[in-house]
Amino acid sequence: MTRKQARDIIQVQIYREPNRVKKYDAIVVGAGHNGLTNAAFLAKAGLDVLLVEKNDYIGGATVSLKKHKDWVYSNCSYVCSLLRPEVYRSLNLAKYGLQVVPYGGSATISQNGDYLGSYVDPDVSRREMARLSPRDADAKVRFDRDIMRQCRFIRQFLLRTAPDPTSFKPRDLMEMFYMGKQLLNLGEDVIYDMMRLYTMSISEYLDEYFEHPLIKAAKAGSGIIGSAMGVMSPGTAYVLLHHAMGDVDGTMGAWGFARGGMGAIAQAMADCFEDHGGELLSGSGVEQITVRGGKVTGVALENGNEYQADVVVSNMTLPRTFLECMDQNDLEPDFIRKVKNFKIRGSSGKLNFALDGLPKFTALEDNPELIKGDLHLVDTVERLELAYDDWKNGSWSKDPYVDMLIPTLTDPTMAPPGKHFMSVFVQYVPPKVNGEDWTSDHRDQFGQTVIDKIESYAPGFKDLILHVEIRTPRDLEDDVGLTQGNIFQGELTMDQLLFNRPIPGYAQYRGPAKGLYMCGSSNHPGGGVMAAPGANAAREILRDMRKPKSVPEGWIDD
Amino acid sequence: MTRANNHIVIIGGGHNGLVCAAYLAKAGKQVTVLEAAEQVGGLAVTQEFAPGFNVSAGAHLLFMLDKNIRKELRLDSAGLSFSQQDMSTTALAEDGNHLLIAGDSLQGADISNNDQVAMKEYQRFMKRFAGIFNRLNNRTPPRIGSKNRHDLLSLAKTALQVRLLGKNDMREFLRIAGINIYDVLQENFESPLLKGALSLDGVLGTNLGPRSNNSMFCALHRFSGMQGMSVPRGGMGSVSKALANVATNKGVTIRTSATVSRILMEGDRVSGVELQDGEKIPAVTVVSSADPKTTFLGLLGARHMEAGFTRKISNIRMRGNTAKLHLALDGLPEFNGLEQTQLGDRLLIAPDMEYVERAFNHAKYGERSSKPVAEITIPSLHDDSLAAPGKHVLSAIVQYAPYQLKAGWPAEKATFTDQIIDLLAKYAPGIHSQIIHKELLTPVDIEREFRISGGHWHHGELAIDQFLMLRPVPHCAQYASPVNGLFLCGAGSHPGGGVMGSAGRNAANAILASQRL
Amino acid sequence: MKAIDYSNKTHYRTKAFHSPFYSRQEPMNQLKEWGRWSDYLSPHAYSCASMEYFACRNACSVFDLTPMTKYHISGKDALAYLNRLVTRDVSKIKPGRVGYCVWCTDEGRVIDDGTIFHLSENEYRMCSQERHLDWLLTNTIGFDVSLTEETHEVAALALQGPTSCATLKQMGLEGVENLKPFGIRYFSFENTQLMVSRTGFTGDLGYELWIDPDHAEVLWDRLFEAGHLHGIQAMGDEALAMLRVEAGFIQAGHDFMPAHQTVRVSHTRSPYELGLGWLVDFKKPNFNGRKALLAEKEHGHRYNLVKLDIEGNKSACDSYVFTKNKKLVGTVTSATWSPSAKASIALATLEAPFGRPGEELLVEIYYQKELKWSRVMARAVVVSGVFFDPPRRRQTPAADY
Repeated sequence: MTRKQARDIIQVQIYREPNRVKKYDAIVVGAGHNGLTNAAFLAKAGLDVLLVEKNDYIGGATVSLKKHKDWVYSNCSYVCSLLRPEVYRSLNLAKYGLQVVPYGGSATISQNGDYLGSYVDPDVSRREMARLSPRDADAKVRFDRDIMRQCRFIRQFLLRTAPDPTSFKPRDLMEMFYMGKQLLNLGEDVIYDMMRLYTMSISEYLDEYFEHPLIKAAKAGSGIIGSAMGVMSPGTAYVLLHHAMGDVDGTMGAWGFARGGMGAIAQAMADCFEDHGGELLSGSGVEQITVRGGKVTGVALENGNEYQADVVVSNMTLPRTFLECMDQNDLEPDFIRKVKNFKIRGSSGKLNFALDGLPKFTALEDNPELIKGDLHLVDTVERLELAYDDWKNGSWSKDPYVDMLIPTLTDPTMAPPGKHFMSVFVQYVPPKVNGEDWTSDHRDQFGQTVIDKIESYAPGFKDLILHVEIRTPRDLEDDVGLTQGNIFQGELTMDQLLFNRPIPGYAQYRGPAKGLYMCGSSNHPGGGVMAAPGANAAREILRDMRKPKSVPEGWIDD
Repeated sequence: MTRANNHIVIIGGGHNGLVCAAYLAKAGKQVTVLEAAEQVGGLAVTQEFAPGFNVSAGAHLLFMLDKNIRKELRLDSAGLSFSQQDMSTTALAEDGNHLLIAGDSLQGADISNNDQVAMKEYQRFMKRFAGIFNRLNNRTPPRIGSKNRHDLLSLAKTALQVRLLGKNDMREFLRIAGINIYDVLQENFESPLLKGALSLDGVLGTNLGPRSNNSMFCALHRFSGMQGMSVPRGGMGSVSKALANVATNKGVTIRTSATVSRILMEGDRVSGVELQDGEKIPAVTVVSSADPKTTFLGLLGARHMEAGFTRKISNIRMRGNTAKLHLALDGLPEFNGLEQTQLGDRLLIAPDMEYVERAFNHAKYGERSSKPVAEITIPSLHDDSLAAPGKHVLSAIVQYAPYQLKAGWPAEKATFTDQIIDLLAKYAPGIHSQIIHKELLTPVDIEREFRISGGHWHHGELAIDQFLMLRPVPHCAQYASPVNGLFLCGAGSHPGGGVMGSAGRNAANAILASQRL
Repeated sequence: MKAIDYSNKTHYRTKAFHSPFYSRQEPMNQLKEWGRWSDYLSPHAYSCASMEYFACRNACSVFDLTPMTKYHISGKDALAYLNRLVTRDVSKIKPGRVGYCVWCTDEGRVIDDGTIFHLSENEYRMCSQERHLDWLLTNTIGFDVSLTEETHEVAALALQGPTSCATLKQMGLEGVENLKPFGIRYFSFENTQLMVSRTGFTGDLGYELWIDPDHAEVLWDRLFEAGHLHGIQAMGDEALAMLRVEAGFIQAGHDFMPAHQTVRVSHTRSPYELGLGWLVDFKKPNFNGRKALLAEKEHGHRYNLVKLDIEGNKSACDSYVFTKNKKLVGTVTSATWSPSAKASIALATLEAPFGRPGEELLVEIYYQKELKWSRVMARAVVVSGVFFDPPRRRQTPAADY
């Protein structure tokens, strides 16, 4: 096995003892993909950077882990589309071994044994939709057009810092002017469409295009993934947009696998970082970000070591950064209140399976093609909404929404031949069960709920299970540090987007103390393995240091 | 004989139609109002629902009526007076430990000091933010992306108003305007009863639960009247009567029992209306205070509209979710823990936000709430014109009661009525024996009786995607419809429902401006 | 014999279906080059595109147009419905006649062009390249019409070229020569009904034949039997592309973007911008786009779609168009070498007001000879007529050759 192959598959444990007395130019806290991106850009710009990570593995939720024998799990995030190609290229991630392979298609299987497939070939996809509703098949042209119009608009702002609308600084005014100009360029009707898309529920939005329940249910899923809202909650139409604006090699809305699991992304970033002289220290979390006289001075780790720097960048969630890792006396009470009000409710869980063979979904028996894509088990938007009602009542959904993928049908590196890794994203799962902390009994019951549901669509599934890892929001918080297990580091609702993200007045990656920065998904433009917050924060830091521009802005897409 | 070329016909004598008529007549226009019912008023109406018992059959509280209208049309001297003003709210608790909300002060229910302080702050910012809505209410919504001077000026004005909130309030406004009232109340308050009561501001008359985004927007809209709650003497019909008096005095012809069956076209512009009995009334301008679906799909007909516009009209979300209960009572009901004087308050059954949210859950699936929420008034306490001495009228707005009930309203109505009364009896144990007559108006009844498609009180869901330049739909939001000579002046247009009159006033201004061109 | 059968859910295994004529096309297709047109395989060329082209201009050629989208519209409001849908006055298309139409969004942007066949009182067929079921059904709100797609239920062939009438007569269609351009006639054929319309996409004498798919093969066979002595050949879409540019016909996706597919709003076009202003009739009261088009008529439009006659012999595909002062004013959307006109011809979209008939322009053509690329700035002139317009196209009764 070559070194490259080894890196593709196995997470190398990295532990190095840095020089204790040395003062760094910057310390980045948290080696999630945004922390890595941020650190890599800073190191690339010539800074002396220390990246600290609480776990003894890197990647945060962008990770590949061996939990069972030779199986590699993408045990948190599991697919890739949003990763900014500008970052990919600027950090030369290909050189460091990253390969993103698109996967085709999806299927939404209904209880009556029918399904809606989506295929790589657009004609086949259209005909499949026409099988259920000829009208919807044609309406999809209009739907795709309208979504694409909005995607094109929003993509322009992913690698830009949001302006502060309350500010009179020239830079903010100019950025507001720029946004305004881009907005007006859309034309009156598209602006109105935008106002509607951003504030409507996904189910109402879809009603304006489609008539068939299964088609609506299939599309509605993207409106709730990672969100603590139901398909009927106003605001979920935007979440669909968030899932549609990515691309693989320019195919907008397409998703892919990172070869070797999602950890391959983090590993490539880490290699880039180290290649540029960065130091990575894993295995001990930050106890406190130290501040003196309104300026950060460095970090104190849980293992007792302290490191100094005038710049500290937090990749942690907003609450974790300010409520857990800072002396509350260093912060204004009003700021603390706002941090506490930040909406970061966990709503999803995950099951990772090592399977002895390929599950056989009854509905897809004679259709081996669709099983390569994402699979959903839902019939109607009502059924999705009911799943949300359970969450509101403090319990996991009894009939959950699942987004299932078998990456090993595409990626030969993650399981022995003929065996499979199956990733099952589950919604809704609350951060607490009826107000109480999760117990292992709860976790097992939750897992059983999901397994039973899959079994009912794929008889014999249970017998294939060699190992299962059940992850609740509680586990996501404990393992990865995602507060309440919210996968986006904060909900993607109007009050927490753009200049409101994470909180109004702090949307430009700068924290309340001098030298303190934030680079996690709590910041604009939010979650998903996008690397945009990390890159944007790096751009702002280098700007404050008056360094030459070296972090890419978005490619022009006309 | 009316000359057609300056004759304006207004379809519908609801309060907006009457306001519009009065302003047009004030400007010297010759106006005829055609009302299908026997009396004017639409949903702002007083009806005898049982012999000797009168009630505001639609809206039962007045708190949004545009102050400009009241002043400019001198409604007070046209017969508008009040039996109650600046009413307090009492949030009912099953154990009798009720919460009294009077402005920004709170009493009872063991309310904490924190909540007392928070309530003052809540009222402060709600009023400030609602002030922005208030100013928007009185204007024709601007178009975005047009280069028209008026539009740009109007947008700039709004932007300036938001800026003038100051940095902190502006940030808070931009943060909360689009979210849900559940989160905002959770951020500010401790008492479940208080939060339950306040959450109703965000959900009454809508298809929202407290946790649904848009509910904060609805609460701000409700606050935008910038006035306390009051009850007109003689019920809400008095508002309409006063408006009708003013309009008639200014020369408006009001015809009741005159049902418009269609809007007449000549070429590509309107030429008048036709009544159900076949009578044709020529007019160069037709103004409809009927809801947009009724106006365009029912009265005008799709063939006179373009298909994209037709689709938008069909897509307007306007399915009612609110029912109205009227009880004729043999005496004043006794509520546990309430003084008799407090019975004149606005009484709320919304013990906590989770309760409201659960009540809403049913509506999502086409079911009625098993435990509904209610806003109750007993107007006869302070107004003896509504019922004989010693007798009383109870009026309650009840949610959730979806228009498209899966089981169908004929099958469910009686059960639902009894269920609501049972709910009331939890707070007023003796009420069963006091009931002489009961009436429940479901959205289906409201659709039929008041001719509102879908039975939605606001002629369309109040939501950001159906507000301002998006209400009822783009390119029809400045009161002029795409059809030459046809205007809208009802609650389906900006700024929407509630007895405000603003849509009627704004429409009149828009019509007059268009005729000056 | 419908191509697409959903009942066994195996439709996904086939990327493109066989047309009902496939069993006859397949052996003739010497190149085995198939393209995809909607749901069907469609030959690019059977043997040689230019020979197929000449078959059409010199004798007659057969093109399978089954994949074209077809809708059936009937009901008491059918006329009112269509009149609101399209920009021209459909009441002028009498029963038994066909009309070329264009339909727009409310904003007056072209959704597609196509033909309306007035089959009988209150009964129409509408044909277009793109699919529009969503839009057409939206248009039914408030109208008493029934609308169904019949793409797969109707097999269709175009028989085009000077000997096409002779071929049909030979096949036994008596009196077909008296069919006027844009006329429809029915014939009984092998115990079924064969609909013949004198329509086409080649700008020549030609017919389109419509039949139920079960009779597709026998129609093909009989046609080739009858056409044997009249030079009949099968034709693929490459030849058709040359023919239609000569005839000045525009095509969705090439010369304009259908509005429902266009993400960039400014890339849509109005009928005026496509040179189809003659299809817009403001004398009828309301139709989709009327207000916007009235305004556009008053204030002017942004583009002109023009026909260019370009000097030299290089085809001008995808070229930029400049004024004589080298100002960039547009692009070529379709181009071909015209074997009949012996000229390099093109359709181009130019920014208004450029493109007046007779205006001289420059076209920047890149071409390669043995992998060496060259660039030429060819002079071009805007022409008003079509490049090929033989009198036989309109002549009734139709000539035998």
